[in-house]
Amino acid sequence: MARLSPENEVLAGQIIARYPRSRSALIPLLHVAQQQDGWVTDEAMAHIGELLGLTPAEVLGTCSFYEMFRREPVGTYLVNVCTNISCQLLGGEELLEHVEQRLGVKAGATTADGMFTVEDVECIAACTEAPCLQVNYRYFHRITHQGFDALVDDLRAGRRSDEIPPHGTTTRLRQTIPAGRWAGVGAVGLAPEVG
Amino acid sequence: MAVTDAPKIVTTRFDLEDGHTLAGYERTGGYAALRSALRTSPAAVMGEVKAANLQGRGGAGFPAGTKWGFLPPDVHPRYLVVNGDESEPGTYKDRLLMERDPHQLIEGVLLASYAVEAKQAFIYVRGEMAFAQERLAAALNEAYAAGLVGRDIAGSGWSMDVVLHWGAGAYIVGEETALIESLEGRRGMPRLKPPFFPAVKGLYLQPTIVNNVETLANIPWIVTNGGAAFAALGTEESAGMRLFALSGHVRNPGVYEVEMGKTTFRDLIEAPVLGGGMRQGRTLKAFIPGGASAPWFYEEHLDLPLSKATVDKAGSMLGSGAVVVMDDTTDAVKACARVVRFFAHESCGKCTPCREGTTWLHQILQRILAGDGRWSDLELLLDVCDNISPGIAWPPRQTTICPLGPSAVSPIASALERFRPEFEAYIQGGRHAAARPVPVEVLAGVAGR
Repeated sequence: MARLSPENEVLAGQIIARYPRSRSALIPLLHVAQQQDGWVTDEAMAHIGELLGLTPAEVLGTCSFYEMFRREPVGTYLVNVCTNISCQLLGGEELLEHVEQRLGVKAGATTADGMFTVEDVECIAACTEAPCLQVNYRYFHRITHQGFDALVDDLRAGRRSDEIPPHGTTTRLRQTIPAGRWAGVGAVGLAPEVG
Repeated sequence: MAVTDAPKIVTTRFDLEDGHTLAGYERTGGYAALRSALRTSPAAVMGEVKAANLQGRGGAGFPAGTKWGFLPPDVHPRYLVVNGDESEPGTYKDRLLMERDPHQLIEGVLLASYAVEAKQAFIYVRGEMAFAQERLAAALNEAYAAGLVGRDIAGSGWSMDVVLHWGAGAYIVGEETALIESLEGRRGMPRLKPPFFPAVKGLYLQPTIVNNVETLANIPWIVTNGGAAFAALGTEESAGMRLFALSGHVRNPGVYEVEMGKTTFRDLIEAPVLGGGMRQGRTLKAFIPGGASAPWFYEEHLDLPLSKATVDKAGSMLGSGAVVVMDDTTDAVKACARVVRFFAHESCGKCTPCREGTTWLHQILQRILAGDGRWSDLELLLDVCDNISPGIAWPPRQTTICPLGPSAVSPIASALERFRPEFEAYIQGGRHAAARPVPVEVLAGVAGR
């Protein structure tokens, strides 16, 4: 739990180089930190600040605005149940109650074994597929209570690990730009940042 | 009115096994528009998009060509920012476009960048959309390797980069100036317009065009077939095809690409090939025509065409193309309270009327739902609404920088006007009438946060 690893520091350098101004890489680098540790540690934030020339307070100021960034550990599987209007109309609130009963925790809490954190979330853009939920940001459309129970059994037995990476990993595939293909003209003529 | 046989534009590859790959995209005509555009001038591409009368598909419905025309001449560098932060409750179409046809979006980005002479584009995808991020990363990697993005694009001598970026959970970032703040690595709070109109002072205070995913996905077809062919679809006022996410109490919820202006809400909800009608044995109570921010519509609005001008005139908006259907089993107070909870949760906190007002509205509605409502609460709700959006009119006036606060007013104004007795029943009935939460037997757990 700490600063970015040497490999991730190299990745950070590649990401920073894609932006005309380095601070634009802040949110992507916070994702790198969360992918590394499952949550965003104070040490990682300080390290990111060093890489971008920002104070820890500036890094925290941005980090704390965005819901996906967790500043303390969460379960291996983050279960986000949508209860917004389209899901509410088709049983989203009842689904959340079922998830809470099945896992034995209220929304906002983590099971004692550290496997699951449950959240009651806002619309996740699967409205025609209600009710829906995400596990580590992977979608489950039109999910029934029985379907959720089967999913929990699978997750506990490790049968979905190919499909659902640990919390912190959103995309498993990153943009990579082959040497010589980068145009690099985005910052041409841009005045240096003041302050 | 009927379901028309107009050609599909942005969904043609949705059912192909390999529609998301470069091979599948090129086999079905992909990147031909780019190659032909690169033999013409940026002004020619701009001309086709202006002729198409393509209204923005994100929510405001502003014509894309007109927006592009606001760029001050000879100020560089310019940027293109793609708004893929789809989060308006009820809205589900940009995610599909990014997942199922990422190259179509990339080609649209390239064509738009060529037209407005942008040197770099950023595709800002919503943070929660992991699969869309993966599909776009794979597509961009293919496009870079094939020489279609980056240095000397398709051998034309024109160079520009496209960078995939994603957020981290904040509805407000869908607002274009908040999106720019977020892309600069800051808290996603909207900027005041003026002076921060993106076309003039956008990303890094340079001229910037922010366009929605669906808007850009239409551009390759427009360049291939001509702006006039696009404008010939739909009506003079609302041109082209458009994606509508139809959700709620219909038989066939789904995302449908239909002809604007010639298709009605009734067609969308009732046609057998579209919504298929209400659920068995149920009748329509209300529907939201354009996302959670929109005032509600009812039976008497069903025959309105899906046209921006018509819906605006009738007192609501097509917004983000999200139609949420509620049948006669729906509890209007609960539905209204859920939408208001959303806006209270998503208020960024910059403007006091929104930050405090939406929170008050949420708390008052929760009090009513819990059976602790007071008779004065109904007027109090409207009073708070009036402080956020003076006059509670449509289109809304606002005491805030952006429209988020006034968006929380729409469901309250709608539900209170039409279903006031339901609110009164909660207050009259007290805790006997209240919606009771089911207690959770906590087997083993630790408090989070």
